[in-house]
Amino acid sequence: MLLRTAWRRVATAAPAAPGPRAKAPTRGLRLRGIDLTPQSAVPSDAATALEAESVLRPLYMDVQATTPLDPRVLDAMLPYLVNYYGNPHSRTHAYGWESEAAMECARQQVASLIGADPREIIFTSGATESNNIAIKELEAAIQPDTSLVSVMTVNNEIGVKQPIKEIGQICSSRKVYFHTDAAQAVGKIPLDVNDMKIDLMSISGHKIYGPKGVGAIYIRRRPRVRVEPLQSGGGQERGMRSGTVPTPLVVGLGAACEVAQQEMKYDHKRISKLAERLIQKIMTSLPDVVMNGDPEHHYPGCINLSFAYVEGESLLMALKDVALSSGSACTSASLEPSYVLRAIGTDEDLAHSSIRFGIGRFTTEEEVDYTVEKCIHHVKRLREMSPLWEMVQDGIDLKSIKWTQH
Amino acid sequence: MMAAAGVGRLRRAASALLLRAPRLPARELSAPARLYHKKVVDHYENPRNVGSLDKTSKNVGTGLVGAPACGDVMKLQIQVDEKGKSVDARFKTFGCGSAIASSSLATEWVKGKTVEEALTIKNTDIAKELCLPPVKLHCSMLAEDAIKPALADYKLKQEPKTGEAKKK
Repeated sequence: MLLRTAWRRVATAAPAAPGPRAKAPTRGLRLRGIDLTPQSAVPSDAATALEAESVLRPLYMDVQATTPLDPRVLDAMLPYLVNYYGNPHSRTHAYGWESEAAMECARQQVASLIGADPREIIFTSGATESNNIAIKELEAAIQPDTSLVSVMTVNNEIGVKQPIKEIGQICSSRKVYFHTDAAQAVGKIPLDVNDMKIDLMSISGHKIYGPKGVGAIYIRRRPRVRVEPLQSGGGQERGMRSGTVPTPLVVGLGAACEVAQQEMKYDHKRISKLAERLIQKIMTSLPDVVMNGDPEHHYPGCINLSFAYVEGESLLMALKDVALSSGSACTSASLEPSYVLRAIGTDEDLAHSSIRFGIGRFTTEEEVDYTVEKCIHHVKRLREMSPLWEMVQDGIDLKSIKWTQH
Repeated sequence: MMAAAGVGRLRRAASALLLRAPRLPARELSAPARLYHKKVVDHYENPRNVGSLDKTSKNVGTGLVGAPACGDVMKLQIQVDEKGKSVDARFKTFGCGSAIASSSLATEWVKGKTVEEALTIKNTDIAKELCLPPVKLHCSMLAEDAIKPALADYKLKQEPKTGEAKKK
């Protein structure tokens, strides 16, 4: 409690923005923003107004990329950062014992979220490390015909849910290992490793309102799944992942899992409602908007829309006070459009026009309404600037034109 | 489980620490591709020369370059008077912020130039003016490439009706 009030005091102590306040709804934590605009030689009135606006932080609608810490998770972690700082593998004193107890408690919290036994949970640095451990098992396989199936539970770009239970059935009947990267699914949709016959599962802390830098891998014990460790050392985590387990981080992960278990149903209902609101409002106000991904088997919090005739990055630039993501090539370092959209057969020009809206536990209705309003306004504006929209309005079929390549 | 007694003291200590902590200075960030330069944003927020000229007019040359599949399409139209000087230019672009800014700047620079002078506009100048990062240089190249077909189209329209003369 005190910590949050302290933070708010620091925030309000920061000099208030001199210009008119942007219409963005206020959120709990408004720290002084970083002035992103490069220093211009001649400050003009327009420039100072622009700078004033840039001091406020954008709304956050990119929960697939990362999530803020749930305050309850921070509360759980803090004592282990400043007070109970022992190494959980120290066997000889109270500091070690209390850290170990916290670590095992966190392990139980993670396990109960996915219906596993705590002995099947190994802490790692994140889902990426977990994925690597799981895949490396393939190389360590003894029999030549052993193989592994690896599928994402919920896709991070379009929010599609894979038929995990069915895949699990097939794999177990064919005696093939089944790994799933559940980073976007854990704590959001109900998962049970026994029901779904999952052998290996990757879990990420910072996708479920937990801390960054921690994750876990679920490794089935019955029947035993053998994995090769990626890093060798002191033999911690049953020899599968050496290195001191970071107690504060795993306590955070455990707390995040427990909170997720409590809040799952309520979050899902609320997020579904907000997602429905967003989609309805946009679809009824704008023509030629396509939702990417199967609408039936879909996690509501990840909405990927393609706005035809408008390029994704230009829309992100226009929506500069909302933090969003795009499947457009211009936003990736490699200038390649999203491979996910390409794989589901989206037309290349629609792939360049896609925007991903992320709705999470802390997203408010006000934020959704603001985002929708701004989105509609700027899409209309960008369409006015678009030669493709103009051609379509004139009745020209874009597919009939011979475009120049550059 | 948190020990009740220590936590209260702990929180007060931590909050005191935070209050006394120095505020973070505004950092000078090196601009990654996604950090929009003020000039690029300006071309979108205060658009100049967005629109269309009469495609059928004899004095208007239209150039269309790029492809939707590449995520970049620019339409540039230039109106040239009898003396061979560009009096008006309009653009429409399907592309990222840098592409919009590059084509907008191209129309600004073309205005007032003769046809020959307009052909000398270089993509490097456009990129320098907008402070485009290396990954966005191709946007300025497309803008330069849009000027040429527009002027070529105008020149084609100026040619005496050789087709009809030959038919005779």
